[in-house]
Amino acid sequence: MTIQTKTFPVTRAQVEDFLFHEADLLDNWKLNEWQELLTEDACYYIPPNDELESSHRNTLFIIADDRERIRQRVIRVLDPNCHAEHPRSRLSRIVGNVRIVEQNGDILTVWANFVCHRYRRNERVGEYVGHYRFLLKLDGDSFKIKERRVFLKSHELGTLGSVSFIL
Amino acid sequence: MPEARSFVVDDTEKGVFLLDREALVSEEVLRDEVRNVFAKCWIYVGHGSELKKNGDFQTRRVAGRPIIFVRDQTGQVRCHFNTCRHRGAIVCNDRSGNVRRFNCVYHGWIYGNDGTLQRVPGDEAYTPAFDQKSLGLKGPAKFEEYRDFWFMTLNPDAPALKDYLGKATDYIDLIIDQSPSGKMEVLPGTQEYDVSANWKLMVENSVDDYHLPSTHSTWLNFMANSGVKVEPPKAKDQVLPTRGWAIELGNGHFTTDNVNFRGRPVAKWIPLYGPEAEGEIAEIRAELVARLGEERATRVADTNRNLVIFPNLVINDGSSVTIRTFYPEGPAKMHVTAWALGPVEETENARARRLDAFLTFYGPGGFATPDDVEALEMVQQGLANWQDDRWSEMSRGMGREGEQLNSDEHHLRIFWRKWNAMMTGAAK
Repeated sequence: MTIQTKTFPVTRAQVEDFLFHEADLLDNWKLNEWQELLTEDACYYIPPNDELESSHRNTLFIIADDRERIRQRVIRVLDPNCHAEHPRSRLSRIVGNVRIVEQNGDILTVWANFVCHRYRRNERVGEYVGHYRFLLKLDGDSFKIKERRVFLKSHELGTLGSVSFIL
Repeated sequence: MPEARSFVVDDTEKGVFLLDREALVSEEVLRDEVRNVFAKCWIYVGHGSELKKNGDFQTRRVAGRPIIFVRDQTGQVRCHFNTCRHRGAIVCNDRSGNVRRFNCVYHGWIYGNDGTLQRVPGDEAYTPAFDQKSLGLKGPAKFEEYRDFWFMTLNPDAPALKDYLGKATDYIDLIIDQSPSGKMEVLPGTQEYDVSANWKLMVENSVDDYHLPSTHSTWLNFMANSGVKVEPPKAKDQVLPTRGWAIELGNGHFTTDNVNFRGRPVAKWIPLYGPEAEGEIAEIRAELVARLGEERATRVADTNRNLVIFPNLVINDGSSVTIRTFYPEGPAKMHVTAWALGPVEETENARARRLDAFLTFYGPGGFATPDDVEALEMVQQGLANWQDDRWSEMSRGMGREGEQLNSDEHHLRIFWRKWNAMMTGAAK
């Protein structure tokens, strides 16, 4: 087979560094710092696993946040009265298979795989496995996240319980 | 003969109602309720709109049974057990789709989507006693619908569905009145979440308005941040900003019925929906008034209700409409499935608003449901002390005369009385 290589203005290593930094902020609940990585029109989606390639405008998603809803989600999950995250989940995510697949003006489409382990008190381990699709906006020598879309791979979502942290 | 055991202490004279916590933890109780409750009642299967074309099917577990919910080639909606008559394999392994036939992969028996057995490979090997006609897929004892909500029962002696639903049909009608054509549809996308708690705790939680200020303070905070001023209640007996009631509907069914403060896609605007939505919501409301009259339109638009159809169907007509059903996977675990329901003729923007409003509160990523899940799991963890701390206190509002409040436990007691009667043989 031939491996098609496209030329992009940034390297995969630069994108990886950025995604690893994002993962670190999310795993460690530095959600206000994480929000600084977002564009002012950023969106965060988790489609349901029976309608992965659908729009939140006509399909019931698990999460479909615009920028303001993300802001409100962060306020909520950092509040000690967010019982679902008190005490907070301990999270560890591995991000890999990172690829830049497309460039459109100053927007890069980036794919990655992830495995996120979640530990809570009195609970079995939660294992979230899936695929990230990012739209990253070039921003000087770094990026801003314009969209992050999380595709969960499991056939049955039930065992994952609530998704009350930022996946 | 010893007196039949009861799981409740129900002393109306003293105004005391206690629940034996064994009901929430015991394997034996679960075995009995599979037989005495789930095999006796009408259980929700699905909505007709999930089967748009002939041949459309959905596979799911209903009352613990793998079933195929399908529209056959004549348009008839059917419910088959997803179990081959030959050696018992499931005959359909897809979650949904469109087929004329279900093929068992094990030995190749083929069934029509109406359930008839159409082909048996090597059928010359059987004696004349082999009656292919009698070997169609089996199904529940009865399968009926009320306004496109399909239910099954394993009980051949069950009353007709409409009689079983009783006054609950009024509340289903009220939801369907949102649609100008009287047609609602389940929207694409299924939410599923397991909860490590007894299934009956979800029944309680779905209608318990007492818990809202303490469990959902972050949701109330979000509403306030979104411009929805939630004023503390003026009346002493009120827990929520507006008044609400708990209403008994017969046969173990009940609902809350609340004056709305939290907005409704149909048809009460709140700032959360954005200024651009105000005009369309006013139009939706005007259509309601023109079609239903002022009084009924107000019922549809300005009140919200959480309805329980005994034993395990909840329809929340609140921040959005959700159909929610759940089934035990063990005494301390349940599987929850939830869908969104909307009028078929809704505009693209109204549909998007309905779905967005849904996610402000409900579901595994919502701003409220995860805290409900947490509360139920904390109950289940606490119940490990049940043998030494045996009774749950459920007397709230017991002395109240006349109208019953949504924030009392009157409606929870309706559930427990019905459940207790079915479990102890006192039910008619």
